[in-house]
Amino acid sequence: MTITLIRRKLRLLALLSAFVLLMTVLSGCGSPTANSDADPEGGDAGVNAEAVQDDGAIAQIKDNGKLRVAVFADKPPFGYLDESGANVGFDIVIAKRVVKDLLGDESAVEWVLVEPANRVDYLESDKVDLVFANFTVTPERAERVDFALPYMKVALGVVSPESSPINDVSDLEGKQLIVIKGTTAETYFTDTYPDIELLKYDEISEAFQALTDGRGAGLAQDNTFLFAWANQNPGYTVGVGSLGNQDTIAPAVRKGNTELLEWLNEELRILGQERFIHKAYDEALAPVYGDVVDPEDLVVEGGEL
Amino acid sequence: MQNSGFDVLLSLNNMRRLMQGLGVTLEIALISVMISIFLGVVYGLIMTTKNRAVYGLCRLYLEAFRIIPILVWLFLLFFGSALAFGSDLDGLLVSVIVFSMWGTAEMGDIVRGAVQSIPIHQRQSAEALGLRRIQVYRHVIIPQAVRRFVPAAINLVTRMIKTTSLVVFVGVTEILRVGKQIIEFNMMKNPMASFWIYAFIFIIYFILCYPISKFSKRLEAKWEC
Repeated sequence: MTITLIRRKLRLLALLSAFVLLMTVLSGCGSPTANSDADPEGGDAGVNAEAVQDDGAIAQIKDNGKLRVAVFADKPPFGYLDESGANVGFDIVIAKRVVKDLLGDESAVEWVLVEPANRVDYLESDKVDLVFANFTVTPERAERVDFALPYMKVALGVVSPESSPINDVSDLEGKQLIVIKGTTAETYFTDTYPDIELLKYDEISEAFQALTDGRGAGLAQDNTFLFAWANQNPGYTVGVGSLGNQDTIAPAVRKGNTELLEWLNEELRILGQERFIHKAYDEALAPVYGDVVDPEDLVVEGGEL
Repeated sequence: MQNSGFDVLLSLNNMRRLMQGLGVTLEIALISVMISIFLGVVYGLIMTTKNRAVYGLCRLYLEAFRIIPILVWLFLLFFGSALAFGSDLDGLLVSVIVFSMWGTAEMGDIVRGAVQSIPIHQRQSAEALGLRRIQVYRHVIIPQAVRRFVPAAINLVTRMIKTTSLVVFVGVTEILRVGKQIIEFNMMKNPMASFWIYAFIFIIYFILCYPISKFSKRLEAKWEC
C-alpha cells in the first residue's frame, strides 16, 4: 500500500520536473522579458530581425510599401474607431501625417489595434514599426523601447461639482476623494497625501457614478480625461487641472531602431515648426474638450516642453 | 441624452461590424473544434496505451494545457515565437493553433476516459467470443464509448466558443472586441450603449451555445437506458 503510494508520488514528481524543464526551455527562447533583459541590443535570438533593421529600417519599410502602426481602438478621443469602423483620433491624425511624410501616401499604413498591456510586446516582437497609442513615457518602458520626442503631456487632475469645487488639494482635507484602482492617481495620492481618505473603485464608469451620486468630494484621474468628461457633464469642473509629475506621451520604436527613431524625431521637429500638433488638436480634441481646455496644457510641439 | 441608448443596436454599421466580429469568433471556434475532434480521437486512443513512456508524454502535453492558461499560450506563440525565431504569425492563425492544441488535449482526455470507462469484462467477453481486436473496438468498445464521450465533448465545445474572447490579446478583432469599440465610441453621448451591446453579445453567445447544450442533454436522455 505505502509502496504504491510512494511510487505514485515519485511518478508525479518525475512528471512535474519534466514539465518544469520543458517550460524553462520554452520560456528561455520564448518569453519577451528573458530576451530583452539579457541583451538590449538584440540578443542572438533576434539576429535576423536585427540585421534587417541595421541594414536600413526605413528602406525595409519602403520595400514593404506600408508602415505598421500600433494604435488604440477604444480610447476616444485619442485612438478609436468611428461608426464605420475607421481609425480616428488625435494619435491617428498625427500618425497619418508621419506616414504621409515617410511614404508619400497617408493610406500606406497598416493599423494594428493594440491593448494598453501589450504595446511593448508588439514592438519587441517586431510586429509593428511604430507605436502611436497614447504611450506614456516611463523609465521602465524606456528600457525596452525607444521613445521619440513627445507630442503630448498629461498630469493628474481633480474634478468636482461646481457647487462645491475643489480648487486646491488643501480643499480635500477631511473629505473623501474618489480614485480608480491601479491608476497613477491612486499611487500619487497614497504616496504624497496619505492623510486624504480615498474611495477606490475598480472601473472608470463606477467611479464617475460615485461622483455623480455625491459619494466623494472629487475624483482624481488623468486631467485630459477629466477635461473631456467635465465638458460633457454640466455642473462639474476640473478645479485642479495639473497635479503631480507631468508625464509625456510619445511615439515609440523598437529598441535599437535608431534610424527610424532619428527620422521620427526630425519629423516631429518639422511638425513642431509648422505647429501641426495644434492642428491635430483642433481636428480631434477641440470638438470634445470645447473651450474648457487650453490646448497649451496638452500639446507639445517639436518635443519642447 | 434622454434616450434609452437602444438605437446603438439599430445602426446598420454597428450591426455589420458586430456580425463581422461574430464571423471571426465562429471561424476560430469551428475550425479549432473540428481539428480538435479529429486529432483528439487519435490522441485519446494513443493515451489508452499501456506503454508508460508514451502515456507519460501524452499526459505531459495534456497537463501543459491544463496548468498553463490559454492566454499564456497565445502570448507564447504570438510574441514569443516572433522574438525567438523572427516568425511573424498572424493573430488569427495563432488563435486557431492554440485553440486546436488545447481542444485536442482536452478532447483526447475525454476520449481516453470514455474508452477506459468501458468495463474490462466487456472486452474480455468479446475476445472470448472470438472477435478480433479491431472487431472488439468496432462493435463493443466504440459504440459504448461514444455515448460517454458526447456529453463531455459538447461541454468542451461550448467552453471553446466562450474562450475565444481571449484572442483580442493577440490582436484579433472578434465580437466582444467590436462591442467594446462601439461602446467606447458612444461612451460620452450614449452611456447606456454598454448595456445594450453587452446584452446583444450575451444573446448571441446564448444562441450559439444553448442549442448545443440542449442537443447534448437530449442525447444523454435518449441513451439513458
